[in-house]
Amino acid sequence: MNSTDRTVPVDNYLTAGEPGLAGWLCTHDHKRIGILYAIGITFFFFLGGIAATLIRLNLIVPAGALMSAETYNKAFTFHGVVMVWFFLIPSIPATLGNFLLPLMIGARDVAFPRLNLFSWYLYVGGGLFTIGALLLGGVDTGWTFYTPFSTMFSNTHVVLAVIGVFVVGFSSILTGLNFIVTVHTMRTVGMHWFRLPLFVWALYATSLVMVLATPVLAMTLSLIALERLFGVGIFDPALGGDPLLFQHFFWFYSHPAVYIMILPAMGVASELITCGVRRRIFGYRFMAWSMMAIAVIGFMVWGHHMFVAGQSMYAGIVFSILSFVVAVPSAIKVFNWVATLHKGTIDFHAPMLYALGFVGLFMLGGLTGLFLAATALDVNLTDTYFVVAHFHYIMVGGSVMAYLGGIHYWWPKITGRLYPEGPARFAAILMFFGFNLTFFPQYLLGYLGMPRRYHAYPEPFQWLNVLSSAGASILAASYLMPLCYLGWSLWRGAAAGPNPWRATGLEWTTTSPPPVHNFPLPPVVNEGPYQYCP
Amino acid sequence: MMSTTLQASSIAPDIDTLFNTMLVVSSIVVAGVFGTMIVFCIRYRRGSPADRTERKSSSLGIELAWTLVPLVLFIGLFGWSIGLWQRLQTPPADSAVIYIVAKQWMWKAQHPNGQREINALHVPIGQPIQLVMTSEDVIHSFYVPAFRVKQDVLPGRYTQLWFTATRLGSFPLFCAEFCGTDHAVMRGDIDVMQPAAYAQWLRQHASETLATRGATLFRQLGCSGCHGSQSTVHAPDLAGLYGNTVALSDGSRVVADDRYLHDSIMLPALQVVAGYAPIMPSYQGRIGEEDVLALIAYLKSPAPEAAHEQH
Repeated sequence: MNSTDRTVPVDNYLTAGEPGLAGWLCTHDHKRIGILYAIGITFFFFLGGIAATLIRLNLIVPAGALMSAETYNKAFTFHGVVMVWFFLIPSIPATLGNFLLPLMIGARDVAFPRLNLFSWYLYVGGGLFTIGALLLGGVDTGWTFYTPFSTMFSNTHVVLAVIGVFVVGFSSILTGLNFIVTVHTMRTVGMHWFRLPLFVWALYATSLVMVLATPVLAMTLSLIALERLFGVGIFDPALGGDPLLFQHFFWFYSHPAVYIMILPAMGVASELITCGVRRRIFGYRFMAWSMMAIAVIGFMVWGHHMFVAGQSMYAGIVFSILSFVVAVPSAIKVFNWVATLHKGTIDFHAPMLYALGFVGLFMLGGLTGLFLAATALDVNLTDTYFVVAHFHYIMVGGSVMAYLGGIHYWWPKITGRLYPEGPARFAAILMFFGFNLTFFPQYLLGYLGMPRRYHAYPEPFQWLNVLSSAGASILAASYLMPLCYLGWSLWRGAAAGPNPWRATGLEWTTTSPPPVHNFPLPPVVNEGPYQYCP
Repeated sequence: MMSTTLQASSIAPDIDTLFNTMLVVSSIVVAGVFGTMIVFCIRYRRGSPADRTERKSSSLGIELAWTLVPLVLFIGLFGWSIGLWQRLQTPPADSAVIYIVAKQWMWKAQHPNGQREINALHVPIGQPIQLVMTSEDVIHSFYVPAFRVKQDVLPGRYTQLWFTATRLGSFPLFCAEFCGTDHAVMRGDIDVMQPAAYAQWLRQHASETLATRGATLFRQLGCSGCHGSQSTVHAPDLAGLYGNTVALSDGSRVVADDRYLHDSIMLPALQVVAGYAPIMPSYQGRIGEEDVLALIAYLKSPAPEAAHEQH
């Protein structure tokens, strides 16, 4: 195969196989399933984005410009539920992961192709429940479903929303299981563990978290439904239950869930940077092990969400130091990415711009996490906009930038088409500025003491809220742009050829788009990843 | 700046020192990393004539350095923060106690002399104040940015926070834990007064003390019918109970603190005193948390039975 061959091959996974809608909805091909996820995830991203827009519009005026208190509470709940469970958690693993994992390890497919399709149906099924809850009037508990508000006091469709999240959780567990087995059993000849691309390491670490943490979420959500429907008294203090028990259960899943969102993003960034710089990643083994360290230590820090919740002082001390410790492997990664730039040949194509943006935003989000890990500072900052800014920097600045960077990087592989570079670079830069204008003022708001989840706020907080809302409109525009030019490239984009970036990695050795079974013959690997030689 | 960022409590300056130190350290790190990124991006852009020979792809020394330096730095910051944290958690022995009851959507405060107020809290300057707080419904969170204090307020539990106000004036109080429709308007003011003015304010609004109101309730609710000294019903004696160890029917022992008394009134079947039948009715839903606090204040008072006899 010639890397300068710029025609779209006739026989690829998009054209081969069963034709029509049935061919897609009954497919067992990991690549088609990746596309199915991408469609669902894009849909939910814009749905959650509409809710975000309403929130920011409402907060332009101190009294609330748009909505009643009740509607506002439902809007931020819907935003949180959709963005966390139907966008952030599945985004990179289910789309890019599904598409690329077998290609990157030289396999024909994932270990359990039918289970893979079933996972997608679970995702869609869970989504329908959540949209059903919205259509019937919404939920007002916040995405955290804190008891006893969610179990005894909310008059909204909590059970329906909880069922939606419960179902989509199983999609996550099955995807994780599938990836773990795939990485263990389906690596091609010569693909040793330390020859795996870092994105595969990231997916592997993420899958461990998915498989081990998500069942706790499922259990917790079942308990909410039980408590709400039958009043069994697990969380209700009037029946001898404990409302804090819920928070322990919930964060035991939901803190590791943050790593489900950010670990794959770290993997993507590593691939993008090493290709954009055209040299080997600095400290490959440290990069791999730091991801595993994050996955493992990430299980032991959940209590830092509860420093002021009423747990003991000593619990606070333990969770605080563990939270500082989990920041060390993250710091290692940032330093390694920067070191990779040294003596490279840096090409500022769109994926590289997204990756650089990712590193910057992830770092700002990570450093502010240290303020929240410090118990004495957390007392003042928790449940304020400082926290909102912090996790948006990690989850939106980090996860979404990396996701979009990954989509741009592998777009030619997925579709066989090139997109226009100019608009793509412009969107990446616009997104960086829009993002900072939206969320940096929220750090200041939190420092000044504005609590989160307020539909109305005291007058002095207004100008920062206006700045944030202005940034949100820029951000919204920058998110709509890729939809347009990537859509356009599907029809009009130039043929990409197998390896438009001249990148290393097995996925670039097959045609774009790849054939149904990925490789004509199982590839053989005889060196580590990222063997760039300019 | 709003009065939220003033340093209005004794701990606020120390919290701010830690915050500002971390801010400076983080800014240096950000400047260093961003600066390096920008320099590298310019110097090693494609097409630049920079020297690219002898580049390394790993270096154990460098990697260990940037693993261990952050680790040591983080542990230092952790230690500093924990010192402050212990101070935040430990009220001084001479604190004056004020009770807070939160409900959707208001803050109710009860001063020991019986004075009550809603969405406002008057406190004297320079005096350590301990707030003992509970909720009648969902979880709320008592947050005074100017004092740098925050504590969740839970149903069925007593949580506490303390502060010493160091600045006269009015400071915003927020609910920081999402608690339903009117969460955003569950606000109040902390009014810090001179001790003399505070004493006068208390006198002006003086009513019966919390303990006296508790004594009245003790009789009205029928508690005295069983727990009174002349009672024929076999019920535990409550005189001098507070702070003592109680033997329970399941063989365990428990200290009779606020939480125990609260649960004994609201959930009497939960912890039954050894040697007594579980016949006490629950007051859950019949009385509010404010009344429970009054009853506890009465049981804590030096001689609850004597106080009872006077009525």
